[in-house]
Amino acid sequence: MQKTQEKRRTMKQVMLGALVGVLGGALVPLGAAQAAEKIKVGLMLPYTGTYAALGTAITNGFKQYVQEQGGKLAGYEVEYSVVDDESDPSKATENASKLVKRDNVDVLVGTVHSGVALAMAKVARDTKTLLIIPNAGADELTGPLCAPNVFRSSFSAWQPAYAMGKIVAERGHKNVVTVSWKYSFGEQSVAGFKEAFEKAGGKVAKELYLPFPNVEFQPFLTEIASLKPDAVFVFFAGGGAVKFVKDYDAAGLKKSIPLYGSGFLTDGTIDAMGGSGEGLLTTLHYADNLTNPKDQAFRKAYAMSYKIQPDVYAVQGYDAAQMLKTGLDSLKGAKFDKDAVIKAMAAAKIDSPRGAFTISKAHNPVQDIYLRKVEGRDNKLIGVAEKGLADPARGCRM
Amino acid sequence: MDFVSFLIQVLNSLQYGLLLFLVASGLTLVFGIMGIINLAHGSFYMVGAYLAFALTSLTGNLMLAIALGLPLAFVFGAILEWALFSHLYKRDHLEQVLLTYGLILIFEELRSLAVGDEVHGVTIPELFSASIPLSDNLSYPVYRLVISVVCLALAGGLYWLIQKTRLGMMIRAGSHDRDMVKALGIDINLLYRTVFALGVALAALAGMLAAPISSVYPGMGSSVLIISFVIVVIGGVGSVWGALVAALVIGFADTFGKVLLPDLAGLMVYLVMAVVLLWRPEGIFKKA
Repeated sequence: MQKTQEKRRTMKQVMLGALVGVLGGALVPLGAAQAAEKIKVGLMLPYTGTYAALGTAITNGFKQYVQEQGGKLAGYEVEYSVVDDESDPSKATENASKLVKRDNVDVLVGTVHSGVALAMAKVARDTKTLLIIPNAGADELTGPLCAPNVFRSSFSAWQPAYAMGKIVAERGHKNVVTVSWKYSFGEQSVAGFKEAFEKAGGKVAKELYLPFPNVEFQPFLTEIASLKPDAVFVFFAGGGAVKFVKDYDAAGLKKSIPLYGSGFLTDGTIDAMGGSGEGLLTTLHYADNLTNPKDQAFRKAYAMSYKIQPDVYAVQGYDAAQMLKTGLDSLKGAKFDKDAVIKAMAAAKIDSPRGAFTISKAHNPVQDIYLRKVEGRDNKLIGVAEKGLADPARGCRM
Repeated sequence: MDFVSFLIQVLNSLQYGLLLFLVASGLTLVFGIMGIINLAHGSFYMVGAYLAFALTSLTGNLMLAIALGLPLAFVFGAILEWALFSHLYKRDHLEQVLLTYGLILIFEELRSLAVGDEVHGVTIPELFSASIPLSDNLSYPVYRLVISVVCLALAGGLYWLIQKTRLGMMIRAGSHDRDMVKALGIDINLLYRTVFALGVALAALAGMLAAPISSVYPGMGSSVLIISFVIVVIGGVGSVWGALVAALVIGFADTFGKVLLPDLAGLMVYLVMAVVLLWRPEGIFKKA
């Protein structure tokens, strides 16, 4: 009963809309300014739980760009629908569907957790909704599961790890042990590292995995000590990253076996490491002291608005908004047309605080990966590890 | 694995097992002996870790932070018992589950509002910051050994308290029959308040002691909750020694599982639990 009523109401709205459209078209001369069109943005991000800080940073970054554009994107008023995804994959499909079907959003933006993002991508493909992923790095999203309407403003797990593989080989290490959590992001990071490192002549002696989110590293440290590799490559983030780096240092291994990591090891975690992180080398698509004017302006404005320094997550949120704006620009104020927006976004060159990047065929950023060194409380830039690195997008047919 | 590595792995297992006992000790008291299903145990652990972080940044010393934090946690536990738990003893277990699950959500949100969602670290006290060399390139932090000693002392103390003192006798009697204990002229309300508060203080102590090695982060409470229940259950509900033995068994299973059967490492703890419970459904040390 309710459903038929709803249907009737929507029918009515459509008819009314059509009528207004026809009349409007007849009365208003071609190309004249109409009342500003709206764009509905569905933010589906974690605002509670382990990744709450990341979700907030991404939202702040997105809104920062909209604010810089005078509260509009390409002249479109932005209307937000916000859902806390709790980083819970079991609720992801329902949450995403709610935004698409109930709130009728034009574009979905989310999320941090790869498992949740995979479910969102499925909803986006099924409903043909435009999706911009501002963090989740699972290779599949722009690999086997790529789709014309799915974009990513962040990175693939493969990218920073691959760049580090080359660096570690260049620094003369031949024999490396890797440690990571046993879940897809960790395994993809290790695979990316291994690919570049072995291509450059190195050998991964052993891959150690422990179940997520276990953080009892002592047995592995003992094993590393007895294997005596030239270096160790790890993927950990958040509390696990802090604990690993501290334990590694406390076990005395930092002195004899250098430690390398994907950039998440030292992002937002340096303070908590309390000195144990000093000197660590990591690779990521962002660093703390980039010299481009865009980044300097961004950092200043962000710190003014939110009273904290931005991080890589804020940059990814900011760039999600930039990508959307580039797409909307192509419409020149006309009604939202997804296909035109997608075409423009795919061809875009984004002037990001991380440095300009383009979009790959599979819709992942083609970007510079930086080599950074922990100095004090910063991830100091010491060079470009890979220039314009594109994810191989294996399995993507598009 | 050569012999030296094997010995070091044994040390790792012992040390991890003792740490697990420390983490589960508060639950042994509250769930094992008082019979309250307390899902908020992990939250008390987290409160302890954040207390350690806050008080250490304030006082500059973890030892001082613990000295200040323990009474705070005790009072906090007593207030919680008075306001919430004291109304639930006669009710169904399900209501305890609901209440304590609600507390998890509340504590997590309060933590987020009060201190934010960043990861924090706590420095190891100067006195214990050294390391002992074990092999040519591996050394062992003294602080971990200190924790192990504290755990052993705690296990002994708890056993003595429960089994050998008058207070322990009253606690055990109370867990069997509240009304009878009351009829004998013992202030059962005060008794339970004290024991519950002690349980909270123990959980918080575990959080405070573990803070320097585990770091302090959102969601850290839920990571210890399950393992604590596993330990209390396979040790035999209500037995302090059982919990200690169970914690050591889990310590060995986890450590050697990771090294020898890496693909099954995530399952190892639960496999051991299944085997123990098949062998002794009431847990290792359950008395008749």
